[in-house]
Amino acid sequence: MNNTQTFPGRFENLEDISQMVGKAAENAGLDDSGVYAIQLAVDEACTNIIEHAYGGEGRGQIDVTTKVTPTSIVIQLRDFGRPFDPASIPVPQTNLPLEEIQPRGIGLFLIRKMMDDIKFEFTSENGNILTMIKKK
Amino acid sequence: MDVQVIPYKRCDVVKITGRIDSETVPNLRETLTMLVDTGKNQLVMDMTEVTFVSSAGWWLFIDTQKIYKRNGNGELLFAGLAQRIRHSLELVGMDDFFTTFDSVTSAVGNIE
Repeated sequence: MNNTQTFPGRFENLEDISQMVGKAAENAGLDDSGVYAIQLAVDEACTNIIEHAYGGEGRGQIDVTTKVTPTSIVIQLRDFGRPFDPASIPVPQTNLPLEEIQPRGIGLFLIRKMMDDIKFEFTSENGNILTMIKKK
Repeated sequence: MDVQVIPYKRCDVVKITGRIDSETVPNLRETLTMLVDTGKNQLVMDMTEVTFVSSAGWWLFIDTQKIYKRNGNGELLFAGLAQRIRHSLELVGMDDFFTTFDSVTSAVGNIE
């Protein structure tokens, strides 16, 4: 069953979004670490949408859709902000001395680590859609 | 998120309750900046009641640790990190930058 909710792109809504996807993950039968993985991936993705696609808070909405299949849970995030090229985001280097590490790219790195599959689509009609799949 | 600072003889314990994310990091940054400037050199983050930490939170802790290391006389430590939260820190390869203790008692006991 699909469940879609729309949230204003503001950091104060991250907790509500987290609760929404957390409940869907629990209902799908994921264990504690699986639920947390989905919540973390979605939080990082929504933060990136607010900061980078919209360029700040209160500039657009985020549509969050959850779908449970027999073998997985699918989370879809849609925004209408600026598209980007995921391949242009470097893999973060954290095996560096403390003074030299930089924050860039950690969010996307975490999303990839937490989910089994992710896909970006950028369209002028339907906005930017990030589909994330986690196996049960 | 709720933040409570508990002063000990040789360290400050910062007890955090709830989520650490892009919404709550600015408040926590104010507290940590104040403690780095005016508090003791050892800062124990009591994470026992923390339910969630996003990368925004990890970067705040990294920034704070950088200041301590630059000054050369202090350290931020973690106590009571939930396994699922610690795992995300390990995934991004930042766990080596922090000393972690199972409990506040063991962290404070190690310092005092």
